[in-house]
Amino acid sequence: MTALSDVSTHAMASARWRVSEVAFWALALACAFLFPSRYLIMTDIVRLGLFALSLDLILGYAGIVSLGHAAFFGVGAYSAGLLALHGIINEPVIALVAAGLVAALLGFLTSFLVIRGVDLTRLMVTLGIALLLEALAERFSNITGGTDGLQGIEMQPILGLFTFDMFGKTGFFYSLIVLFILFLLARRVVHSPFGLSLRAIRNNPLRAAAIGVPVNRRLIAVYTLAAFYAGIAGALFTQTTALASLDVFSFERSADLMLVLVIGGTGYLYGGLIGAVVFKMLQELFQSITPQYWLFWIGLVLVVIVLVGRARIHRWVLFVPNLIIRQFAGRKAAVAVPESDAS
Amino acid sequence: MASILTSLFDGVAYGMLLFVLACGLAVTLGLMNFVNLAHGAFAMAGGYICAVLVNNSGWPFFAGLPLAFVGSAVIGIALERTLYRHLYSRSHLDQVLFSIGLVFMSVAAVDYIMGSSRVFIKLPAALEGQIDLFGVGIGRYRLMIVVICGLLTLALQLILAKTRFGSRLRAAVDDPRAAIGLGINVPQVFAFTFAFGCGLAGLGGALSAEILGLDPYFPLKFMIYFLIVVTVGGSSSITGPFLASLLLGIADVAGKYYVPKLGPFVIYTVMIVILLWRPNGLFGRTAAR
Amino acid sequence: MTIALETRGLEKSFGALRVTRDLSLKVMQGARHALIGPNGAGKTTVINQLTGVLTPNSGRILLEGSDITGLSVHKRVLRGLSRTFQINQLYPDLTPLETIGLAVSERMGRGGDWWRRMGTRSDVNTEIAEILSRFHLLDVMTELTSTLPYGKQRLLEIAVAIAAKPRVLLLDEPAAGVPESERHDILAAVAALPRDVTVLLIEHDMDLVFSFADRISVLVNGGLLTEGAPDEVARDPQVRAVYLGEAADA
Repeated sequence: MTALSDVSTHAMASARWRVSEVAFWALALACAFLFPSRYLIMTDIVRLGLFALSLDLILGYAGIVSLGHAAFFGVGAYSAGLLALHGIINEPVIALVAAGLVAALLGFLTSFLVIRGVDLTRLMVTLGIALLLEALAERFSNITGGTDGLQGIEMQPILGLFTFDMFGKTGFFYSLIVLFILFLLARRVVHSPFGLSLRAIRNNPLRAAAIGVPVNRRLIAVYTLAAFYAGIAGALFTQTTALASLDVFSFERSADLMLVLVIGGTGYLYGGLIGAVVFKMLQELFQSITPQYWLFWIGLVLVVIVLVGRARIHRWVLFVPNLIIRQFAGRKAAVAVPESDAS
Repeated sequence: MASILTSLFDGVAYGMLLFVLACGLAVTLGLMNFVNLAHGAFAMAGGYICAVLVNNSGWPFFAGLPLAFVGSAVIGIALERTLYRHLYSRSHLDQVLFSIGLVFMSVAAVDYIMGSSRVFIKLPAALEGQIDLFGVGIGRYRLMIVVICGLLTLALQLILAKTRFGSRLRAAVDDPRAAIGLGINVPQVFAFTFAFGCGLAGLGGALSAEILGLDPYFPLKFMIYFLIVVTVGGSSSITGPFLASLLLGIADVAGKYYVPKLGPFVIYTVMIVILLWRPNGLFGRTAAR
Repeated sequence: MTIALETRGLEKSFGALRVTRDLSLKVMQGARHALIGPNGAGKTTVINQLTGVLTPNSGRILLEGSDITGLSVHKRVLRGLSRTFQINQLYPDLTPLETIGLAVSERMGRGGDWWRRMGTRSDVNTEIAEILSRFHLLDVMTELTSTLPYGKQRLLEIAVAIAAKPRVLLLDEPAAGVPESERHDILAAVAALPRDVTVLLIEHDMDLVFSFADRISVLVNGGLLTEGAPDEVARDPQVRAVYLGEAADA
């Protein structure tokens, strides 16, 4: 029956690896060898990319607008810091997973608050939770080190083999591997029936329920997963910088994150990663022009992006790569930007 | 006992100030369903305008206040006509991103022009110190705030209830499409109200320099407070935000007096609990898309 | 004959406005039942209560004898009550293939699978292929729903509801707004619904109602005016007064 084989071919088509994707990761790996003096900033980019990937799971795929995603980043960062500082879990990889799980638990508990209500309520609740945690961290400064942050974190070698070096080489490869593994997981998830149901919910929650999708349960699941990712990103931050201070919870961190994702585009997994690269480059550029006032330029970028229109900008940005890919692979636009307004 | 009353009075003054600062936001949200996180930037503008006029140009404080109102209102209407109005039909995500962008720009710009330290506005001697009212110590400055904000609230209530503009505004908030059908020029009503709300925020910003502190990070620091007033109070009337402001002001002052160690913890918890209990606000509906 | 869907004394008010008044309705197993009524009679409110979008103030809703009044929307779907929407309520960013795939996966209880890629289960694929071909959607299955012609979207709307394998299907004005040229496909799809599926049709179009229904209930001002076989209803003077009169000038 040709209809059947057609259906299975097309149904699996979206999950197939594309040339451009392989090229992307090859390029990421190549950077490690091309710029050996810039491990620290590249680690920063990888970490930010992972954090943005986490936001993309809830914003791009499930349509939840969050103003307080830093809450989970912060919890992951402090968990990893405390685990290492007090020698509870010395092996970084296990500590990383543990920190992610703590963040996931918080995500699971707070998801019940977030799935209720309209956009505005969600904004307020997510923002409120992040501020609440910041206030708590400040209050219990005997544990968190208050505004000074956690002092004297010493990281043990990864798997007992690879020591964190002062140039950040180990940290970079460690972060890149973690990002790649979590990316593979996310890729699997978004191309599963579960991922499809999330896109349906973002498109039209009422209709999703009307074909039998348990909307709330799916949102709780993806929110928890996203919290896990953000927690891992936070833990990577602490492990690679040996720092954790109050600003991990800050509103600016959540807001910057939205900018990262918006630059790269929402709803196709690579948005956060591309956005992280562009954002860090912009940050470097602006900080070299006006070190103190780069916030102004970041704000201007946000305003311009919104006024011009996010979809339009991505069409421009992807015009050249698509042209090249079309030449070589002879296929329709390989890097597509799905229309993904979370309204 | 007297100290309880004093802190209660401080809370009321603080709450009324919050109301003047935030009531413009209630209209933006209620009428245009626009999430404007940059509302605090207009308040900051008013504060700095007043500070410059009073401290640098030697204007009397009470002449600086109306100028703070006018200055912020002008900035408000300029931005509304050039930028905001293109975004009314956009998604909430776009509105959030846009207004965060404006906040960041305003913070950095003010930091660049005015410096990052806290600014105080020179007050006339008559406003300093306390007066004793039936054994309760009352700050003169706070008393003035209660009087000014109280009068403003009454005036707003009268404008909304008695004037033709007020009835148009209420009709537009209630059901914008029906209002357009009745021949009300909703965009115009909104532009005017937006400017007025910005003006009030500017006035509030000038008044709050003494109490809340005025520095370039003002819009970020108090964003959550303005949002609380509107989401908890609802945006279908001004009574809701007014009561929510008073509640917030009293709770915040009391929290800082009696459980200083918990800091802002109390406020955020209360807000989250209220929003869970009544997702559309304590006193009415918020516009839901 | 058994009763497929029943309401007992359903009441719903919005503020002072009573939009459903003491509505008791029985839809028999396998019936082609139509619910008609002039604009504003409260037909959509009834549907929303049947499917769980709105909660009635009082009264019960029974699906095949068991009480579903308190169940959430998606649980009712899994129990076998499915609906189409008057205005297309589809997923603009999804393709028909994905839309039907989702509905089939959810019905089979596989919608929460997060590790399995789409398209790897042959039982799901077989069913998707069957539904897509039955509703003439195979040729457009990889196009975004938002780009489909309106008639195709209406077909998809019905196909999604059928993909949930309902025992009771609520059809909310299936032919509304469809251009004459594409109308035939819709009517044929509706006529070809399997006989074991009970259908409650909410419709404005009298031709469609009288050609399709074997039983008609007339709703006026939220209450039941009369009920009976099509020819009885057509003869009823009350119905002619309130409904057919209205339809004549509509």
